[in-house]
Amino acid sequence: MSNAPAIVAAQEPIRRTPVALVDLLRTHRRVTAATALVGMLFLVALLAPVISPHDPLATSPDNSYLPPLSPGHLLGSDELGRDLLSRVLWGARVSLPVAFVAVAVGLFGGGLIGLVSGYAGGLVDLLLMRLMDALLAFPGLILAIAIVAALGPGLRNAMIAIGVVAVPVYARLVRAVMLQLKQMEFVVATRSLGANPLRLIIGHFIPNLLNPVIVQVSLSAGFAILAEATLSFLGLGAQLPTPDWGQMISAGSAFLTNDPWLAIVPGAAISITVYSFNLLGDSLRDALDPRLRS
Amino acid sequence: MTTYLLRRLLLMLPVALLVTIGVFMLIHLSPGDPALIILGEDRSPAAIAQVHEQLGLDKPLYVQYFIWLDNIVHGDWGRSVTTHEPVAVAITDRLPATLELGIVALLWSLIVAIPLGTIAAVRRGSLSDQIATGITIAGVSIPNFFIGIVLIFTLSVTLRLFPFGGYVPLTTDPLQSLRHVMLPAIALGTAGAAINMRFTRSSMIEVLNHDYIRTARAKGASWRRVVFVHALKNALIPVVTIVGLQIGGIIEGAVVTETVFTWPGVGRLAVESIFNRDYTVIQGIVLLAAFSYMIANLLVDLVYGWLDPRISYA
Amino acid sequence: MTHLLELENVQTHIALKHGLIRAVDQVSLTVDAGETLGIVGESGSGKSMTALSIMRLLPRASRIAGGRIRFKGRDLADLSEEEMESIRGTEIAMIFQDPMTSLNPVYRVGWQVGEPLRIHRHMDKQASIEAAVDLFKKVGIPDAKRRVSQFPHMFSGGMRQRTMIAMGLSTGPSLLIADEPTTALDVTIQAQILELLRTLNRDYGTATILITHNLGVVAGMCDRVIVMYAGRVVEEGSTEDVFVHPEHPYTWSLLRSIPRLDASEHESLKPIVGSPPDMTQLPGGCKFQPRCPFAIERCAADEPELREVRSQLARCWVTQAGQSLDSNAG
Repeated sequence: MSNAPAIVAAQEPIRRTPVALVDLLRTHRRVTAATALVGMLFLVALLAPVISPHDPLATSPDNSYLPPLSPGHLLGSDELGRDLLSRVLWGARVSLPVAFVAVAVGLFGGGLIGLVSGYAGGLVDLLLMRLMDALLAFPGLILAIAIVAALGPGLRNAMIAIGVVAVPVYARLVRAVMLQLKQMEFVVATRSLGANPLRLIIGHFIPNLLNPVIVQVSLSAGFAILAEATLSFLGLGAQLPTPDWGQMISAGSAFLTNDPWLAIVPGAAISITVYSFNLLGDSLRDALDPRLRS
Repeated sequence: MTTYLLRRLLLMLPVALLVTIGVFMLIHLSPGDPALIILGEDRSPAAIAQVHEQLGLDKPLYVQYFIWLDNIVHGDWGRSVTTHEPVAVAITDRLPATLELGIVALLWSLIVAIPLGTIAAVRRGSLSDQIATGITIAGVSIPNFFIGIVLIFTLSVTLRLFPFGGYVPLTTDPLQSLRHVMLPAIALGTAGAAINMRFTRSSMIEVLNHDYIRTARAKGASWRRVVFVHALKNALIPVVTIVGLQIGGIIEGAVVTETVFTWPGVGRLAVESIFNRDYTVIQGIVLLAAFSYMIANLLVDLVYGWLDPRISYA
Repeated sequence: MTHLLELENVQTHIALKHGLIRAVDQVSLTVDAGETLGIVGESGSGKSMTALSIMRLLPRASRIAGGRIRFKGRDLADLSEEEMESIRGTEIAMIFQDPMTSLNPVYRVGWQVGEPLRIHRHMDKQASIEAAVDLFKKVGIPDAKRRVSQFPHMFSGGMRQRTMIAMGLSTGPSLLIADEPTTALDVTIQAQILELLRTLNRDYGTATILITHNLGVVAGMCDRVIVMYAGRVVEEGSTEDVFVHPEHPYTWSLLRSIPRLDASEHESLKPIVGSPPDMTQLPGGCKFQPRCPFAIERCAADEPELREVRSQLARCWVTQAGQSLDSNAG
């Protein structure tokens, strides 16, 4: 899965500001399309309370198993009479924040480790990287499941688990950038003069970091949403009655013969969401990489 | 070669140790007395005391760890909290089912990925390439449990082409076994197919840019010969890497698929164990998954070196 | 008399995002059986693209846009891809600049050298490898029997280039195109390879097109030479004529820029002024004019045609008007 680091090898430290997003949008169609898709998803998540026709938690036993295009229920209703459309829209409010918290955990936790490890070097670097290797030795989902198993099922623990899985990826990425910078001639020169190059590095650090991190965050977001959906599908993430896509698929799979939409619609929602983020990360990677050469 | 191997194993040791510590700590992460967790229902003071003694829970943590580690190394992976059968047995009973699923899934993914990836590379930039790339990203975006459900619905329930679930061991009846494993294998293999196709494509594109391809053409070789004889062998070497890792990650992939298809494998055991709070089993499976992944990593490097004549580990 | 190879006003274009490059612009040349022709020019002058056009091995986004390429009387542009494939490696062979990357790393050398024989003469693998052993001996690779079963990375640069030559000659082609065969090699090895090419040309009568930016290489090997600049032929003639009295300022500048052993200590080097042209933004008129020490007013306005000047062909207003480029001008 796309949890692999997206390290871009820059030849020199980038002194200018990174390519403006507006430029990217203008010149790369895929980036524009992906950004639009992701933007729409955010809007849906934001506006779900406003645009949902029903309360996603409101049950109505008389109206259960309604097929799509029934009056008042555009996508039909589930076994307890809850409106499917509303639940799907609200599902975005579960999946997206979880994904972002998880990625944030990975980014800041892993980033800090990478920064320290890369700058300090020596024994600290060795130990920290062995630790990261140990985390990476676990297949991602297994690690997430293990953590959730230890902490107990629930959305909060799912967030933590996915975040922990993401940590080593960002640690490696940030460390790689730090190592590159440390080796740059201007750093070596500063050091040889006896000065502390830390301030110099920090100044160049962020610009060099921005591009690979943006790509990685997009890809991580996709992976995180998939992971959250999987955990919830297995019953380890969101618990009833929270409208969560993965959990809805799990519940809906029991009714495939009666009402396949209960499982198909949330499944499509997950797919579209993950696809958008993957497309964004993928197109950003293509767009940013050759530009660095010129 | 052997020195390289020894060196790699030595480097793996600290990581392996950290992994075991992590797995060991799983039980201790949860709040509460581990004995209570392990015992589950039977919580008489006598039982509690017995578990305390068995696991040495009254001893300092690091001593417990070494006792546990010692047991693991000697094949005693503990007993299931729920069924009381040895964890090692529980796992090995279900391993063949998971392996069959994983390997068939991998084969399916390669049968799809390599030809498609090659075609996409040769016709780079064309419409078929762009479509293929789009499908690839879609392939990794659709949750594999969803694919499984859709497959079940269309092929099994509606069209009745394939049976739903039900594992027939390969040794019992190969044909039926394959028939039963087909749906879950396709569900599991699709994401892998997408990744492998992408990788094959980029590897192939890179190879096709090399000078020796031009040389082959200058010799009068047809495009077919160039792609299948000259390029493919070079392009597939890196593909071996990710395939190897996918083999190492069989248990991970199996978890969800086995749940969807009620496949009696290790993955489903893992999920059941979580709900049963069967920590010893979870520990065992996580440990196995981590170690297979690490060993797969090592094997992949060795195979890579064997395949590429330029690399020598002397 | 029919020439072995005849290019007539060949045009090859490269399509870029922001324009079209005329990499080969109205190039005409002939090669007769057994002859050695040198093509000289800077990087980007179009010499490699000319060779690739002959072989129809053009990279992506480039195509032959006009002209004729006749080999043994047949127009190569008319041929289907299969027919072209049966000519490549058998009648026309090509060897390339960088021997380090031109061999397939995962196949044994003997297998690769014998491949044209398996493709075109339908030999079996065993026979083709035995033929490879013979070829190795011919090109001077020692210990041939052992070497054929090795992988390319075990060969030195010079040996790899010999391997390439062996590969090219395996089917006895009438024409060998060598694109900068010695550029990537050490100087001592360069001499050996050139000597080898010379010997093979003499012993087997293989016509050779030698592409290079190094005039010294041409002097030692070629009967005739063509000088290219910005995709055009700017001078053509016998090697001796061109070297003794160049009729194009570019050729003149190239010859003058060669450091001389007998120059006095304080004499500075005489490089050609300016830099190679930007093929997307060529000046009007003569393409060499911006760097030309002999340029007159007309040069910036009109582009000269290739015309006879003394015993050569030259594309220059100045020399066509009768002026001679003597060594003290400019």
